Formats: sequence, structure tokens, C-alpha cells
Amino acid sequence: MRIVIVGCGRVGAHLAQSLVKKDHQVSVVDRNGGAFARLGGDFPGSLVLGTGIDEDVLRKAGIEQADVLIAVTNGDNTNIMAAQVAREIFGVPRAICRIYDPLREEIYRDMGLETTCPTILGATRIEEILGN
Amino acid sequence: MYVVVVGGGKVGYYLAKSLLETGHEVLVIEKDPRKYAALADELGANVMWGDGCEAALMAEIGLGRAAVVAAVTGDDEDNLVICQVARRKFNVPRTIARINNPKNEGIFRKLGIDVTVSSTAAILSQIEQLLPAQSLLHLLTLRSVGVSFVELEIPANSPALGRPLRQLGIPDDCILSLIVRLDGTKGIIPYGDTVLEAGDQVIAVTSEASEPVLRRILWG
Repeated sequence: MRIVIVGCGRVGAHLAQSLVKKDHQVSVVDRNGGAFARLGGDFPGSLVLGTGIDEDVLRKAGIEQADVLIAVTNGDNTNIMAAQVAREIFGVPRAICRIYDPLREEIYRDMGLETTCPTILGATRIEEILGN
Repeated sequence: MYVVVVGGGKVGYYLAKSLLETGHEVLVIEKDPRKYAALADELGANVMWGDGCEAALMAEIGLGRAAVVAAVTGDDEDNLVICQVARRKFNVPRTIARINNPKNEGIFRKLGIDVTVSSTAAILSQIEQLLPAQSLLHLLTLRSVGVSFVELEIPANSPALGRPLRQLGIPDDCILSLIVRLDGTKGIIPYGDTVLEAGDQVIAVTSEASEPVLRRILWG
């Protein structure tokens, strides 16, 4: 698959490395060039400097041919907007975004975005550990 | 009217002040504690410290009661989410978003935001007015019906000179509604026999699709 990852933090970088190992074609977008260091020197995917809500930046990252966009910057709203731009403007079949705010996550899930909320996942898991 | 303004920068501040002067109920939300403190000195209880993108805060301030939400932060993505959540979750009848990157105007429209205001685009259009050959100047765009009022000047080498309007092949969804001629003091309401002259200022109503056609007919 052709995958665009917006945000090269811990999650973005980890995902990118894991997905290229599975032979996916990955490009990573981050507005801070220093973030790409997390990928190591031999990352085979492409790196695009810029903000992931900018159409031109997304085009450079190959959004027009992408099968999936994954938005995992540290800003909920950036992720929400990037996912919507991917779906509504570029017609990308799947757009997955991370939203920390559980209420916002619920709203956008209802609106049809594919979302994940680490706040709820983390809290639930910790309760499970506690319970055991 | 209860108006919620998200973002207490210069735009939010002057907006709130003007609305308060005209007797509206206003609440400004600012997330930067220092900016908040400075605003609160002057606007008192009309300012609240918090993240205007948080749905929990929106519920707390009674956003469902607001007639208008104006999202005027410096971040387009925040303004988008504020308007979408206000609309979908709290049924706010009118949402207005400030746009910083003029390219986001089309995106916001597709994503269902009623009204967008871009000072970048406004300044750009003023500059375009100085360079009339660059593009049509948009006076007003009625997004819901996809129609624009545009203004342009007929250049000396326009292919439209010397022939009546009816022969120019102007599309059906495009009407030249007013001509202001250099020598005359009054405007001309054109009809099929009207002939354009170089230097005429033309105001036209056109669909978005016919804009480039109109440009080609009048400018070549």
C-alpha cells in the first residue's frame, strides 16, 4: 500500500519503520526537519518537510496516489483536518487520525472518520492492569 | 445575541469590543494564560481562560445557546474544528472561521463551514486590483449558489472591442451587469447591442465555472 504518515513523533516514526518493513511504500511529513532523525539514517521511504494540512505539502508526499493517510501529529486538530483534507479533497480511501480528546474523538467518529483515542486506550489498559 | 469568540488575539479582542459596544452578549475564549490575563483586565467576565477546541468547555459555556461562533485563532486547523464541533454537536446556527492560508478557503467550504474570512485573501484581492491583468477581482462570492460578482477592466488589446456583446459568446450563466466608462459620469446597464471600449470597468455576475471563459472573452 501507499501510505502517507503525517507527524514524525514517536508513534509516527515507529509506524513508518514498521510499515516499510512490511514492504509498504511510506512517506512521512513533519514540519520539523529534526523529527526525521527518529527514523534512523537508512529509512527507505520519502521525507517531506511541511505541515500536513497544506495541500501542496500533501501532494509532495504523494497524497494523490495514496491508499491511506495516517495523521499522528501532537495536535488533535491538525490530525482531524489532515484526515478530512485527505478524504474530502483528495479522495484517499482511508484516513486514520489520532485524537487525544475523547469528546472530540467521539464527534469525529460519528462524522465518519477512522479515529483512535490513546487517552481512552491507555486509561482502560491501566485499569485492566490494576484489576489483575 | 450571544456570540462566542474563540481566540483572544487582536482580531478576537477588537471583535469582542465592538460587539459589546453594540450591546451583544459576548464571551471570548483564550488559551494562553498571559493573553487571557491581559484581556480579563479590560473585558472582565466576558473573557474565559481555556481551550476553545475542547468539547467539554463548549458544553460548560452553554455553546448551544450561542447564535454565532466566530473562530478567529491564528491556526486554521483549530478554527475548522471549533466551527465543525459547534455546528454538529451544539447546533450553533452560524459559524464563522478566520482563515490564514487563503488556499484553505476551498477546503473549509467543502468541509461545511458557512462563512470564512481571510485577511490574506482580502489584501491579495486589493493588490490584484492594482494589477487588473492578473485576474478578476472578486467583489462578492455567494457560495451557496456558486455565483460571484466580479470586476475587471477592459484592456486596450481586448478581443471584445468593436463587437456588440451578443456576438462575444458570453456563457448563459454569466451576465455583464454594469459598465463604468472612463469619460462618462454615469454607469451603463449593458444589453446585447452594447459595445465595450478600452478602459471600461465591467461588473459581472458569473458562475464559478464560467469565470475563466469570461476572462478569455474579455482579455484574450
